[in-house]
Amino acid sequence: MKAKVHVTLKNGVLDPQGKAIEHTLGSLGFKGVKQARQGKFIELDLAETDADKARAQVDEMCKKLLANTVIENYTIDIEG
Amino acid sequence: MKACVIVFPASNCDRDMKVALERSLGSPVDMVWHRETDLSGYDLVTIPGGFSYGDYLRCGAMAARSPIMAEVVKHAQRGAPVLGICNGFQVLCESGLLPGVLMRNAHLKFICKDVSLKVENANTIFTSGYSSGEVVTYPVAHHDGNYFTDAETLKAIEGNGQVAFRYVNNPNGSINDIAGVLNKAGNVLGMMPHPERLVDPLLGGIDGKPMFDGLVKSLAA
Amino acid sequence: MSAITPEIVAEHGLSEDEYKMVLEIMGREPNINELGIFSVMWSEHCSYKSSKKWLKTLPTKAPWVICGPGENAGIIDIGDDDAIIFKMESHNHPSYIEPYQGAATGVGGIMRDVFTMGARPIANLNALRFGVPEHPKTRHLVHGVVEGIGGYGNCMGVPTVGGEVEFDASYDGNILVNAMCVGLADAKNIFYCAAAGIGNPVVYVGSKTGRDGIHGATMASTEFTADTEEKRPTVQVGDPFTEKLLLEACLELMQTDAIVAIQDMGAAGLTSSSFEMASSGGVGIDMNLDNVPQREENMTPYEMMLSESQERMLMVLKPGKEEMAKAIFEKWELDFSIIGTITNTGRMRLFHGGEVVADLPINPLAQASPEYDRPYVPTPKRAPLAPGDVKAPADCMATIKALVSSPNGCSKRWVWEQYDHMVMGDTTGLGRPGGDAAMVRIHGSQKAIAMSSDVTPRYVFADPVEGGRQAVAETYRNISATGALPMAITDNMNFGNPQRPEIMGQFVGAVQGIGEACIALDYPVVSGNVSLYNETNGQGILPTPTIGGVGVIQDVSKAVGMGFVAQGEAIVLIGATAGHLGCSQYLAEIEGRKDGPAPHVDLVAERKNGDFVRGQILAGAITACHDLSSGGLGVGLAEMAMKSGLGADVEDQSGELPLHAWLFGEDQARYLATTKDAGALLAAAKAAGVVASQIGIVDGKDLTIAGAGTISVSKLSDAHEKWMPDYMAHPDFEVG
Repeated sequence: MKAKVHVTLKNGVLDPQGKAIEHTLGSLGFKGVKQARQGKFIELDLAETDADKARAQVDEMCKKLLANTVIENYTIDIEG
Repeated sequence: MKACVIVFPASNCDRDMKVALERSLGSPVDMVWHRETDLSGYDLVTIPGGFSYGDYLRCGAMAARSPIMAEVVKHAQRGAPVLGICNGFQVLCESGLLPGVLMRNAHLKFICKDVSLKVENANTIFTSGYSSGEVVTYPVAHHDGNYFTDAETLKAIEGNGQVAFRYVNNPNGSINDIAGVLNKAGNVLGMMPHPERLVDPLLGGIDGKPMFDGLVKSLAA
Repeated sequence: MSAITPEIVAEHGLSEDEYKMVLEIMGREPNINELGIFSVMWSEHCSYKSSKKWLKTLPTKAPWVICGPGENAGIIDIGDDDAIIFKMESHNHPSYIEPYQGAATGVGGIMRDVFTMGARPIANLNALRFGVPEHPKTRHLVHGVVEGIGGYGNCMGVPTVGGEVEFDASYDGNILVNAMCVGLADAKNIFYCAAAGIGNPVVYVGSKTGRDGIHGATMASTEFTADTEEKRPTVQVGDPFTEKLLLEACLELMQTDAIVAIQDMGAAGLTSSSFEMASSGGVGIDMNLDNVPQREENMTPYEMMLSESQERMLMVLKPGKEEMAKAIFEKWELDFSIIGTITNTGRMRLFHGGEVVADLPINPLAQASPEYDRPYVPTPKRAPLAPGDVKAPADCMATIKALVSSPNGCSKRWVWEQYDHMVMGDTTGLGRPGGDAAMVRIHGSQKAIAMSSDVTPRYVFADPVEGGRQAVAETYRNISATGALPMAITDNMNFGNPQRPEIMGQFVGAVQGIGEACIALDYPVVSGNVSLYNETNGQGILPTPTIGGVGVIQDVSKAVGMGFVAQGEAIVLIGATAGHLGCSQYLAEIEGRKDGPAPHVDLVAERKNGDFVRGQILAGAITACHDLSSGGLGVGLAEMAMKSGLGADVEDQSGELPLHAWLFGEDQARYLATTKDAGALLAAAKAAGVVASQIGIVDGKDLTIAGAGTISVSKLSDAHEKWMPDYMAHPDFEVG
């Protein structure tokens, strides 16, 4: 099965790349962008066929490597 | 005293670190490959600058999970000294040996230049070659040196005297101008600037040399 | 019906005549794989078909030259079994289309050329040319190119120590990214590309092959048109992490005796590397494409042979060394696959899925590639421009400030601070970026190499012969001004469409000038690269033959920098001043004129003055030295002052010349030097037959020129440093 992991900076953590995107969108004439936050998207192809087990595995992967939980949050989507 | 330099795939200041250490130590310094699992016999363990694993995912993240790092953690827990410079600092933060993280520079660009640093705490094995408050010049060369912690951690490290160096003119947006941080016990130091690059007058200065001289002296004592 | 239609032939960039040659060589109609191979091998980029007739005329030999042009890079001997291996190469077209990746892979490619031969890269330089700052794409391109160069070089841990950044409208649609790499090897352990040993294994190492960059080589050989943007998917993506591993793995294997031949897969990938190895060695190769490590599914033979995926190498190993070599590459987590065998057939046979998918004769294809004697028209000589015919400025000091703060004259600190220029611990304090020549010590020794890249395209445009000479002479001066002896050059010839006789005339003239300078200065060409078709909709770039020079100083502690050193020291102008304002920076920036002839380069004076300056530096008689080039004496003085923060008191020695011609004329073969003992230096100059005179002293914190005025050095510096960051801080560009 496939796992999709989104890693984003926690609220309150400065995101200089997001700020730059926000700023540039504004200067390109896109008004009304209140905030831009940049993150990472990681797609994993797993041998595991049980969704719950897969989620547990990926959760462990996030804690151990994929996210730095000091500054980052993550979400996991498991797909068939 | 025996010292070593840990080498990860795409470490690239490993030779610079070895040269600087040997200059002060007067004896050979070993290179230790990241897949090795034995650090017994070393008094000082250093983690050099570079782009371990290409800085992919997060700087230092993958190196921090390599086999040798489990041994570095044990070494540090025994109270033995660990020094991480630049990417080494990032690895130490990612491994949990030091508080905080290093984020993308506030101006988003890689920056390589000499900067002035204030020695905040000279009462450590790493900084005994300087006096507290002294201003020294080291080069920086990094893309992700913007030190960050939450408010509570920051309060703690400031309160415990864990800030070893502070930028005089902050080049990267680091919180409280922090350039180098110690663990609570004082035996692990991580810093973004490169003292090992200024140990030879021909290369533009020797402000980095007292760090290695002092370290050798402290550990010999 | 024929499978290969005239349209398919045309799409592959082959002319009708060239296709006739293909049919003759094959003795039958080629299949699509074979046609693809011909097309990349005979592209301008790989075959040098328009330029080789002229390149052959360049002097390439000297007792210290170990290997001249023709291999991956040139090699010189600097004594003590130290060999310096270097080359400059363009990555212009890809960098225009995707600046970050284009520049990054350019840097990666040139480093592979150097370490393929057994050298560890120890310095990188980059000569960059962009369109005018006001052009809507310029800022984006500068941003991406600089970040790409830094991203690759910094990760590799090789210091980027020098280069140039200039702006001109002729580059609006065709920027130039010329990357130079300099490596250090053991002169007893150098590796070449000639395959040998029937039955020896052909091994593929490095990254996997994907569909990236297919037809990169043919793209680099055609003019840009409006639909070029659609070619975007052909741009390769660089992976400096893998290249760093590849570097370490190759150098580790090179410490053993396993390698017979090695060649990097650059432009035209597997095709050109395998053909070059086979053709240099006079052997054949059977290759099984099923064994090529592949990143994508269902890749065709055509795609595999033409892919320009980066960070790959092809090697021929000695028999029985496969397992040992494999273990090294596995340690570095790189692919290692035996994909072929050396044969005695003289043919390249490709197998895929058990079938022969291409069968080509190697020599006719690689060596008998087309060579053109393209028609050319020499550039007409321009009328002289007397100094008196150029208006004097209202305020010469304000003019100096304007020149040092102009886009082309300003500090490029914004650029080089994004490059790690100190890693490896051998960049000398005086040799950091921003001086005349970069200087890197040979690790563990007192020796150092000095490097500089130069060309003044406006001179080459006005007079290709003088411009060609001047580009060589300027690197010679920049290197000599540190105390190092210039040894050899690499040339990166960037021109427009060679099928236009006036462009071909520029090329022929520049080659002539370069050759003359090389002979006069004992400074041969050991490597190079040609980039033609730098045109958009018929508008060619200024002819830009970028020269990268390398010199050696035996005792680096004797080297000098360009900044003033101490108050009270005498400032001596070396070389003759005639106030040549034609094609000058003053004329262009202040008067908005581009007329007049290029300055004449007196090669005898260049040699004599260079030898004199170098000798006096090594004798300790000169404390700081700076070559005079764009902006002349006025700008040269300002640069020495800004570098140090010290001022100067300068006399007006213009004599018969208008003051502005004396200050801003761009006469060649000149240096400024400071000395503790002006009398001795001037006497030595007189004895050597070198024109020299003391023009002032280092003094205070202001630059004062009699008859012109005074300006504070800190104000000059502020202006000098301001333009580039201000320009780049403009928010109106994409985030890279």
